[in-house]
Amino acid sequence: MVDQLTGRLREVLPDEAVITDPVRLRTYECDGLTYHRATPGVVVLPETAEQIAAVVRLCQEFQVPFVARGSGTGLSGGALPRSDGVLIVTSRMRRVLSVDLDARLAVVEPGVTNLAITEAVRDAGYYYAPDPSSQQICSIGGNVAENSGGAHCLKYGFTVNHVLAVELVTPDGDIVDLSAMDAGYDLLGAFIGSEGTLGIATKITVRLSRTPEAVTTMLAAFTTIEGGGRAVSAIIGAGIVPAAIEMMDALAIEAAEAAVKCEYPAGAGAVLVVELDGPETEVETQFAQVERICREADAFEIRVAASAEERAAIWKGRKSAFAAVGRISPAYIVQDGVVPRTALGEVLAGIDRLQEEFGIRVANVFHAGDGNLHPLVLFDDGVAGEGERAEIVSGRILDLCIEHGGSITGEHGVGVDKSRYMPRMFTDEDLDTMQLVRCAFDPGNLSNPGKVFPTPRLCGEVPVVRKGPHPFEAELL
Amino acid sequence: MPQDALAKTGVTIRPADAGDAVAGVQPTWVALPESTEEVAALLRVAAEHDLAVTPVGGGTKLDWGPPPERCDLLVDLCCLNEVLEYAAGDLVVRVQAGITLEALNRHLAPQNQELALDIPVPGTTVGGLLATALCGPRRFRYGAPRDLIIGITVVLADGTIARSGGKVVKNVAGYDLGKLFTGSYGTLGVITEATFRLHPLPPHRRWVTTKTGPDLGALAVQLARSQTEPSAIELDWSSGSPDCTLALLFEGASAASRAAAIPITPQPETSDDPPTWWNRLPDGPTLLELRVPPGSVGTLVREVTSAPMTGHALRGSVASGVFHLAVPDTRRLPALRDRVEALGGRLIVLSGPDGGAGRWGTISALDLMRRVKARFDPDRRMSPGRFVGGI
Repeated sequence: MVDQLTGRLREVLPDEAVITDPVRLRTYECDGLTYHRATPGVVVLPETAEQIAAVVRLCQEFQVPFVARGSGTGLSGGALPRSDGVLIVTSRMRRVLSVDLDARLAVVEPGVTNLAITEAVRDAGYYYAPDPSSQQICSIGGNVAENSGGAHCLKYGFTVNHVLAVELVTPDGDIVDLSAMDAGYDLLGAFIGSEGTLGIATKITVRLSRTPEAVTTMLAAFTTIEGGGRAVSAIIGAGIVPAAIEMMDALAIEAAEAAVKCEYPAGAGAVLVVELDGPETEVETQFAQVERICREADAFEIRVAASAEERAAIWKGRKSAFAAVGRISPAYIVQDGVVPRTALGEVLAGIDRLQEEFGIRVANVFHAGDGNLHPLVLFDDGVAGEGERAEIVSGRILDLCIEHGGSITGEHGVGVDKSRYMPRMFTDEDLDTMQLVRCAFDPGNLSNPGKVFPTPRLCGEVPVVRKGPHPFEAELL
Repeated sequence: MPQDALAKTGVTIRPADAGDAVAGVQPTWVALPESTEEVAALLRVAAEHDLAVTPVGGGTKLDWGPPPERCDLLVDLCCLNEVLEYAAGDLVVRVQAGITLEALNRHLAPQNQELALDIPVPGTTVGGLLATALCGPRRFRYGAPRDLIIGITVVLADGTIARSGGKVVKNVAGYDLGKLFTGSYGTLGVITEATFRLHPLPPHRRWVTTKTGPDLGALAVQLARSQTEPSAIELDWSSGSPDCTLALLFEGASAASRAAAIPITPQPETSDDPPTWWNRLPDGPTLLELRVPPGSVGTLVREVTSAPMTGHALRGSVASGVFHLAVPDTRRLPALRDRVEALGGRLIVLSGPDGGAGRWGTISALDLMRRVKARFDPDRRMSPGRFVGGI
């Protein structure tokens, strides 16, 4: 089926925008979650919304599934291709179409990187707030699909809070605008974070934020992770909402040190990175409070960035943490779970018990302010059985999150990786109700099928308007 | 018979009277459920007996929007008014939909926290606020209801109870039904519970008030980009006045010093209390919501305030570009809508007659909205006709 379709794709796209060479296809076989792989049936590199719409309409005609991909940095396999389908890559759609500073917005194509938006407006004193760690390469289209967060979403929110409108190609192949300006259902809010299952964003209007007057970044080192946890609770309890509060445990610090020589204080059982931003007077007041709180929680060293370079040095260890564990472990799983902040201590203790029980090390890096954990489950893929044990530990960590009222994903998405965990968090009724949205957008289940939801359900026809009792009940009356 | 089946649910049912009318349509019965399960039992009966249902909270905006095509059962959520879970350390609260915003904030105040959504209509319940997605001045800083809701429980037309989101702020598991139901005017189901992200109460609040002429576009842009970070920048004007009043709210430990630093001459008035019109909708027979991109605020305000007419009152955020305009009649609606849409905005008739101009304006995704409605409420029994495109 894909072969027949490929011929037709060449009618709507330039030749070089349709990739069928097996070697080139393999470069697209996975996203950032590299242990799920599939060679796509065909890859297309469109440059316009109209081309994407034409491709999607062909997919409908041939009943072939399609998957959208931005930069391929996703960590849940959301852009995992289908060998029986089309992979639509937006990497050639990288234009910043317009910037309107008076309206505080920019209109961009989906392949534009997250950081490129900020770079386009930084000199004018603005920035795009959501800042996932991969911001140098991840695409805004992918951010929309995943509702990406980042270290600063504690104060500023997620992609969904900063996107004002999306032009999308629906799974029917129509080009439609979802805009916060329009009356009607908040389909924009439902679309953002739907992981490519409701269509493909082709133009995105983002809100620009004013660069804060002052930014203060500090690093506080604690002998134990409990000390860091006490400081976090006290900061929040004092009514302070920092731009970011990040925590790393001893193992994560060791890895970062090995990888990027971040020179965090020696002997730290945990470090806390706290960033405050806003009006200068406000930041000064809050900084004094945070510093006092950290000392009261027995921080043994506090460093304050006096310049942009020193701020970057403080963030360096944190931002490199995921990749850095590669220095201390042959293989690792990046987990993404969320717990209510007040349950952090219990959940971390639970992770400690899992480490002992399974003989698997876990490095903890987390957005402490909003309870978003990124445990890095370390294992040696050369040792028989260790990968399996790591998988078990990784899954048990999610169970801990759910038990404590949290979530199986804070920002990486469900994708293929976690769809099997969805029934642990939601009832069949919840999932069926979400499917109603899916069926409204994509009744044929062709838009990124097999992601997010554990069992694909047929949408069927929309029931005809029914009056009175159901026919079966009528017979019984 | 429907009333027997309704009675069998055990939920308190009473006959409706004229005071229960939904935009002029009087229902037959009013039900007073006390739990999500009771709402589900009612909606199962409604499904069996083909009853049209409208949910109601405080009833403060029940005359907003077009009348329902039919309304048999009014589901009054006034008895679902509990705070179910409040974790101050997590800055999260889970409540039943019938609680008023005032009662909720009274509950949170002892912990120095608040739900940072303004309440332009006193007596508004959480459910009513979500269903209409009404915003007040501080939307500029904290966002709209859809930005602060993190979890929802709804009952669908067939009685299915469904939840999405959760009780953690950061969560991307599954579709966000909370956003879908926010602003849905009771046409997708009944909202019975919601979970919100909270904010610490600011230690100080300070308002700055000044008079300005109608050419305030440049000033609005300048204030909105101010690094002193006002939480709100509001305008008030009524027919006959040559000037507009601008009021800014500053919140935080340094509210007073930031308020004093704003670059407006002559020196504006400052106060610890809001102006009397703050966070209140203007009054008039027809109430409009005007939304324009913030860059077009100056043009909009100049055109609205310079037209020779009486009985108009304009209020809203020059920073967010969302205004409410009360008008005495609907003669100018078509022309005004054309103008607002030409500026890249939308004009929505919230309440009162629309003079045949239509209530909602242009909606690109109307077909998708109809398809969503058809999936959630295939028999069209949830507030039919109350929403966009006759949904």
